[in-house]
This record gives sequence, C-alpha cells and structure tokens, in this order.
Amino acid sequence: MQVPKLLILSLLTIPTVLLSGNISAAVSRADASDWFYTAQIQRDTTRRNAKNSAKHSLDSMQYLNATVVVADRAQIKIIPSQTLHGKELENLSVHSVADAIRYFSGVQIKDYGGIGGLKTVNVRGMGTQHVGVFYDGVELGNAQNGTVDLGRFSLDNMEAISLYNGQKSSIFQSAKDFASASSIYMETKLPSFYGIKNNNYKVTTKGGSFGTINPSFLWEHKFSEKISSSFSTEYLYTTGRYKFTYRKKDGYDTTQFRHNGQVKSFRAEAAVFGHTGGGEFYDGVARGTQWKVKSYFYDSNRGFPGASVREEPGKFIHADHQWDRNFFTQGSYKKNFSGFYGLLLNAKFALDRLHYVSDPRLDVSTMYINNIYNQHELYASAANDFRFYKWWDLNLSADFQYNKLNSNMLNFAYPKRYTIYSAAATSFRFKKIKVQGSLLYTYVTEDVKKGSNAAKDKHKFTPTIVASYIPFDDIDLTFRAFYKKVFRMPTLNDLYYTFIGSTLLKPEMAKQYDAGATYKKEWKGGFLKNITGDVDVYYNEISDKIIAMPTSNQFRWTMVNLGYVEIKGVDVALSGTYAINKARINTRFTYTYQKAQDFTDKSSNYYGGQIPYIPWHSGSAIVGGEYEGWEANYSFIYTGKRYSSQANIPENRELAWYTSDFTFAKTLKFSNSGKFIKDNSATANNNFDIRLSAEVNNIFNQQYEVVRCYPMPGINFRFIVSVIF
Amino acid sequence: MKKTYFFFFFSLVFLLSGCRGSDIIVPSTPTTVDTSAGKTSSAIAGMFLLNEGNMGSNKATLDYYNYNTGVYHKNIFATINPLVSRELGDVGNDIQIYGGKLYAVINCSHYIEVMDVRTAKHIAAITIPNCRYIVFNKGYAYISSYAGPVLINPNARLGYVARMDTTTFKIDTLVVGYQPEEMVISGDNLYVANSGGYRVPNYDRTVSVIDLNKFKVTTTIDVAINLHRMEADEYGNIYVSSRGDYYTVPSSIYVINSSTNTVTKNLHIPCSEMTLCGDSLYVYSTGWSYVTNKNTISYTVYNTKAQVKMPDSFIKDGTEKNIVIPYGIAVNPITRDIFVTDAKDYVTPGTLYCFSKEGKKKWSVTTGDIPAHMVFTTKKLQNF
Repeated sequence: MQVPKLLILSLLTIPTVLLSGNISAAVSRADASDWFYTAQIQRDTTRRNAKNSAKHSLDSMQYLNATVVVADRAQIKIIPSQTLHGKELENLSVHSVADAIRYFSGVQIKDYGGIGGLKTVNVRGMGTQHVGVFYDGVELGNAQNGTVDLGRFSLDNMEAISLYNGQKSSIFQSAKDFASASSIYMETKLPSFYGIKNNNYKVTTKGGSFGTINPSFLWEHKFSEKISSSFSTEYLYTTGRYKFTYRKKDGYDTTQFRHNGQVKSFRAEAAVFGHTGGGEFYDGVARGTQWKVKSYFYDSNRGFPGASVREEPGKFIHADHQWDRNFFTQGSYKKNFSGFYGLLLNAKFALDRLHYVSDPRLDVSTMYINNIYNQHELYASAANDFRFYKWWDLNLSADFQYNKLNSNMLNFAYPKRYTIYSAAATSFRFKKIKVQGSLLYTYVTEDVKKGSNAAKDKHKFTPTIVASYIPFDDIDLTFRAFYKKVFRMPTLNDLYYTFIGSTLLKPEMAKQYDAGATYKKEWKGGFLKNITGDVDVYYNEISDKIIAMPTSNQFRWTMVNLGYVEIKGVDVALSGTYAINKARINTRFTYTYQKAQDFTDKSSNYYGGQIPYIPWHSGSAIVGGEYEGWEANYSFIYTGKRYSSQANIPENRELAWYTSDFTFAKTLKFSNSGKFIKDNSATANNNFDIRLSAEVNNIFNQQYEVVRCYPMPGINFRFIVSVIF
Repeated sequence: MKKTYFFFFFSLVFLLSGCRGSDIIVPSTPTTVDTSAGKTSSAIAGMFLLNEGNMGSNKATLDYYNYNTGVYHKNIFATINPLVSRELGDVGNDIQIYGGKLYAVINCSHYIEVMDVRTAKHIAAITIPNCRYIVFNKGYAYISSYAGPVLINPNARLGYVARMDTTTFKIDTLVVGYQPEEMVISGDNLYVANSGGYRVPNYDRTVSVIDLNKFKVTTTIDVAINLHRMEADEYGNIYVSSRGDYYTVPSSIYVINSSTNTVTKNLHIPCSEMTLCGDSLYVYSTGWSYVTNKNTISYTVYNTKAQVKMPDSFIKDGTEKNIVIPYGIAVNPITRDIFVTDAKDYVTPGTLYCFSKEGKKKWSVTTGDIPAHMVFTTKKLQNF
C-alpha cells in the first residue's frame, strides 16, 4: 500500500526529530492510533512540521491522512476504520466520547440527556451489547449489563477514537479484538517531547452552561530516551439543570426544568511507557520491545433525573442517586523476537462499584432502593504472530477472563464467570488482494453461590472473513467485504438479576455481511487538496435476541431469547481538505440509512416494524477552518424520524432532530521571555501556548428528545482555556 | 467554489430543517367494531378503558367504546384536552365514575385526573404520590397510596388511604399497611388489601378495616402474603386475592366474612384480576413462576351464591389461545358481555376482546399500550 512511500516521506521530512535521536517521540506518538508504532496521525505531522523550519516542503504532507514512522505488523489492517483524531476532537464542541461518536456513520447514540445522562452506542442497529469498547487496547468490561456509558469518557486526554465494523482486521491482536460485532477503540494521548524538553504540561479549564466547571491537568515526563510517563487528571462539576419545552401544535406549551442531573466526577490516569531497541528486522518489522502500564481511576456521584412525565410541576424532587467507582490497571508488552515471530501480552485487573439509592425520605413518590454492585475482572491475553512471508501471517491468540459480581440484593446469585477466548487468524496480503480469515472459539462457564442455578456452559466457534481488493494501479480505489458471525453472552443481569434474570438464556447471535469501497484522490495544486469517499452496504441478522418479556404485571419482567431482527443499511462518509494560502478547510460528511425490522412475532400487528429508536435516515457534517492560529468549526447532526416502539404508529413517532454547534478558537504563542509571538508559524522561541475556545451548541435552541421522555438541552455555551508549556 | 460549497451546505441544513415537521397532538381514531350495536337500548351508554402505558413513557391513554354506535374511539383524552400539558401521564392504574365525574388514577404521575363524565373534559388534577386505586362512599373518594410516612427504616414504609371530598377535592389521610392496593366498601367499613410488594420477602399479609364514619383503622385481618385485588358480594363476603411470591407460594383468593372480619375460606383459585357481576366472580390468572419460567394462564368463574368454582373457562370458543397476557377484565352488568384485554408484549398496542355471556367472541379491537382498567358509563359521552 502506501506504507513504504509514506515511510520514506516521513523520514525525509522530519529529519530533526530523527537525527536528534528522539525516536521515542516519533514512535510513541505514533502509538496513539494503534497502541504500538503504527500510523502517524495528521495532527502530529502538522505539529511536528510546524516545529521544523523546512515548512514549505511539508505542506503537502499535512494533507496526507496517515503517515508512517515505523511500519509494523500491528498496523496492517485489511479494511479501514472511521477515526476522529486529536485535533478534530478538540474542535468538535462535544463533552464526551459519546458525543464525538455521533459523527461516525452507522452509529446511533441513545442519550438520556444532559452531561450526566447515560449515553450508549448502537452500531448498525445490532444493539449496545454487541459493541466492544476498548480503552488503550484493552476492552472495558461490564459483565453486569454489557454496556459502557460513553458519556463518562472525557475527550480531555483523547488522541483518537476509531470505529471498526466487524472487527479490527489487524493481523496481530488479542482474541477479544475478534469477539465483538463492532468495536470502538479509544486511544489516549501518548507523551512526545520536543527538543530538550523533559516535561510537558497542559492545564485546561472548561466552563459554561449547566453550572459546569471542568478543570484538567496533563503532565508528561521523559525519564530517558526509553522511558516516559504521563499523568492526567480531571474534575467535573455540573448542576445538570436546564430548561426544556414541550410544545404541541394547537395544544399545550410547557417549559420546565430538568432537576437532579448534577454530576461530580473525578478522573486520574497514570501511565508509564517504555521501549528498547530500534530499527527494523526487515520488511518493516520493528526490532525491540514496547511496553506500557496504565492505571485508571474514576469516581462519580450523580443524580438521576428520571423520565420526564406529567406530574405536578416542582412537586417531586427526584432525588435518586448513583455513585460509581471504577479502577483498573492494565499492561501491555510487545516484542518482535525476529522478523518471523512477535509476541503481544496484555493483562488487566478491574474493580467497578455501583451504588444506587432511591430514598423515600427525600422523594415521597419513590420506593426505597439501596443497592450496591461490585464487579471484579481479571484479564490476561497472549497473541502470537508468525510471519511466514512478507504477505502471509498467522496469528494465534488466547485470552482468559474472570468476572465476579457481588451485590447486597436479596436472593442474589453471586455469579462468577470464566471465559476463554482463543482465536486463530491468518492473512494474505498481495498487491491487489488482501484477505483475513479468523476463527474465534469462546468457552464460558459460570459459578453461583450454593442454592442457585448456574447457566449451562457455552461453547461457540464463530468465523470471520475479511477481504479487500484494489483493481487499479493508478486509481486509489479499494473494494472491501466481510462476513462475520459472532455472539454476545447474556449479561450477568440477564442471567441472574433477582426476579428478572433467566439462566435458560442462550447467547444472542449476530451475522453480518458487508461490502464497500473507498476512493481517495489528492491534488498538489489548487484549492481542493484531497478527498476520501467511503460507501458500505450491509445486512445484519440478530437471532435469539435477548429481550425483556413481561410476566404477570408491569413491574415484573423476565429475559427471553425471543427476538429476531434484520438490518439493511448504507453508510456513506465523505471527507475533503481545501487550502488557499494560509487558510485551510477540512470537511467531513456522513450519511446513514438503516432499515432495521423486528421479525420476532408473526402474529403481531407490528411484525416487520422498524425497531425502536433507529431512524431510517441520519447524518452529520463537520466543516472546520484554520487561518493564522484562528480556528472555526461548525458541526451538524441530523437524526430523522423514528419510533419509540416497533409499533410504528403516530403515538410512538419521535420527531426528527438536528443540532448545529459552533466552535471558535485562537491559539496564542509566547516566547521564553513571555513575549507574544505574532507570527503564528514561528516555533523557534516558542515557550508556551494559550488556547482560547468558545462553543455555542444547539445554536437554534431546538427542543428535542433522543429517548422518549428524556428531553435534551437547548442552546448552551462552553468556554475553554488551555495553557500548554 | 468556496461560495458554491457553502451555499450547498446551508441549503442542505435548510432542507433538513424542513424534515422535522411539527409535533402534533395524536388525534383519536374511531373503529367500528359492532355493526349490530344500538338495536337494543340499554342503560349502559358506553365504556371507558384506561391504558396503563409502559412505565417511564408517559403513555397512559383513555379509550371509549360507544354502545349505541358500536364505535371504539382510541386515545380520546389528548384530543378532548389539548391544553392539558403532557397528556394523561405515566401509568394509568384505575378508572372509576362517581356522580358526574370520571376519575383516572395515574400511578407514576402521582395524581388523580378528574374529568366530566359527559365530556371527558379535564376538571382538576389532584396530586397523591404513588396513588393506586380509588373507591367512593357518601361524597368521598378513597384512594390507596404507597407513599405513607417514613418512620425509622425507609424500607418499612407504610402506605395510606387518602380521603378526598369529591366537590372540594380536599384531602386527609390515614395510615394503613405496606403498599396498599385495592379496596372495597362493605357496610360502613372500608377494606384495604396491603401487599408489602416493596418489601420482598417481608410481604404484608393483612387487610386493614377502616370505619368510614370515624376514618380510623378499627382492625387488621391476617390473610396471606402480597394481597392485591378485592371484591365484595351481596352476601357479606369479601374476596381478596394474594399474588403469592412467584416462587413457591401460589396465588389464591381468600374469603373474608365481613361481619366477623375473619378469613373463612381459601378458594385455591389463582388470581391476577377478578370482577364480580351478580353472583359470578370472573377470575383470570397469569401465574408467573420463576421455578418453571412460564406463565400459566387460566380463566375461571366462581359462583358466590353456591360457593362453587364453575367447571369451565368463561371463554369457550378457543379465543384464549390468542391472548398473550390477559391484563384487564370487566363484565357489562346488563348484557353480561365479558371484556378481556390483552397487554401482549407491553410495548405495542394491546387488544380488547368482547365476549358474549356465553363465552363467544363478539369482536376485538386494538387499544393503547397495556389496556387494563375499564368502567361502564350510563351517560353518553358527547361528540363520541
């Protein structure tokens, strides 16, 4: 592919970085998009370029989406992902990872409103529990309910967010990377040091609507050329209070406030990165060892505003409260022992505590709930890559995971789950054709306390085949296709939740068929510098879908394998870069069509209805401009008409909604002596930067709901000040 | 090119803006269900049906069946009352008529919607937290509520009965047992079934007896765990259902003698809901067992005069096979037509079945979500 060409280009154009012996910077920065080595990202290129005097020769570089510093097998993927990088993320006026993911095609976010409201992601209509969420290369688990609240992940220290449909078709990865129907990879920033600097600091304060104050701090330290560290921490407070309006044509018009949406959260992350060796064996296989250890701590205290339903205004305070505490430590070690053999080890230990209180002493309308759930997770993985030829790899990986769920609930089963994942994958990569085939074996066994019944052991083999084809030598057009069969386990709640769970549940199966193409073109001169277009059509089947079924009354449900859903869809993404003199414009458009039909019950009047909350049409647009240190960004989200139930009747119709957000930012550069540097391109004496940013979100103050009875905020503002030194 | 581009972009935004449409009040929809209707005149003019709507979706709706025209009108409340904010609210739990007023108990919206029975027009909304059921006596409404005072242990929170003057809507309350449900009036006494459903496994097992003249609890009767439904016959017997515990203790109906206030009988008939018409107690049961993970459904008639369980189901034409989750029952006191609702999967519209007194299906119609509570009216509803 482009790899060798880009490699050479990078080597030629960033000589100072390499010559100063600062390979670690280049290498570890590159890690951002793929953990180790791997594809460099636009922002870094731009930044590094700006720090070189050979500026003009670099201009063309800035418009290449990916350059490669040290090629490696881990970065080779058969089909691409959708990715948002640091700079794009910084300019999107979004609060959390969930908000950013809305700009990918094929994605629907269920958003319960406000900064503290639950936000879960559903990719291609298959349901939240089919999405694997990876944080710095290791999956974030939630054996209890199988979903990850992406609203809790800040963008403050995020380098890249990627979405892979099917699987990340890398040839060298853990077995769990093969184990979801689609995957989101969040990659935090990796330290990089310019020149003789051994420390980087970034202090940021964000504040704005909903009484939000959100300071954060990042410190990167270089111990030696081989070892560096990063420490990042953040505090968030918000009242979560906002006005919302329900207005019916020729009917009522009511404006109320959202109460009890306050959030206090604290996050701290520390990581140490190391590497030894350098250079390469052959064919771009890097020598040496890479390792990384990371600890993450998150503590939050949030109110639950609940569904907004008719009631006497201001009468009930809705005081339900939830405390979360998440901690994990994870480590990775990777070594290419030779050009032939590479080893990747991952391990993780996680503790998650959830405490929910509903207290009738505070809110007369509720019943008393005081539930605590504690989850423990242990995870270990080994992946082995064998490269027989430059074009043929075999990957054998095995993962082990242990989950335990404790609770103070009555009749609780105290489930323990042991899971073994093993995967065999092979890939063939020729000039025009690349193929990856993988087979995942999953074994799950569970234990419960005496007196309860554990679910039966589960064994499953699930295959995937991924291929891409480049038909022309002179046109950058790539076709791709994949077939993947995978399943999601019933969650521990599905199986063991007191009164609701059912141990008879089978895994929920997902089958995916996808075909697509990417077209890219670049221009040297002119206004338009490059464009990239992606189109995918897909067909998914979800069978044995785990759904909640009512029992004898509204308040008692149980879980059954009843559902069957078929999803047909089209994803389109189009991006381009324009430049004139010193001004640059980046654009990105996505469009998603989904027909997701419920074929569960033939006798139902609503057989074949569009499943809840999946719009037929949705899309997004981002237009960002840069000029002399000024940046402006406009982003737009559109979600078309959809229904809140598979009964597609007027009562369940949810209005389309769209929001427009604006960001304006200016970066000011100061010299060592604190003098303001006017020339924005000057870097030589640059000592510290101040970045000021103002955001206006939902500028047309649209009143909308993503989920019925969970109103979203109208127009809101945010201001950000960052000092980088 | 730049200009063209922005023009294109903003026209796209503009176009999409047009795609939103306005948020309308969903109009009521009529369906003719009985073409033979109106041929015989009857004191019963129609029937209101309250759909619960799934909790947290603000989808309680009101339907009306016109006996004279044979037309079923789905979702009439919002059409009649477009200015009432957020429609009928969240989880309709009971509907009754007293005097010239129609009362709907909206559980998760925590209020009683009071309407004019002739027009279904909003008169008042009276807040009562976690209100459940309503009965009437001598100008007062009695409403059971879970939201009693919290003493020391928040998990041991008693419920209350609210007494509401039906003209001034003034309220006073009386503490009863845990999570009180249905009530019946027999003589000068109000009987309240206490469930204790929030206190699993420490269910309540009592019926509170309230002297209506003093509005004081005079005695409590120990019956069985998790009490729910109540009916009073003309022979001084009160029928109260126990939900059981969904594991090993089965649901059943117990009989209380209202003169001695003692339990006289366990009928061994599982019961989700029952209604009394003449001497016939119509009972259905959707018994969920966590042991077998199955619903067991039955339709039974108990003769309160002979005190015997009738051998047959009250549905005799096999229609019961189509009913997924029976969720409500009512019997027309004049024609003896039997109405049974099917809540299906709870998240799509349900079905109302009308059976003749012989147990043969006359008609069925699509309702709102979770059709559950019915009341017959002798006064014609205007415009419907």
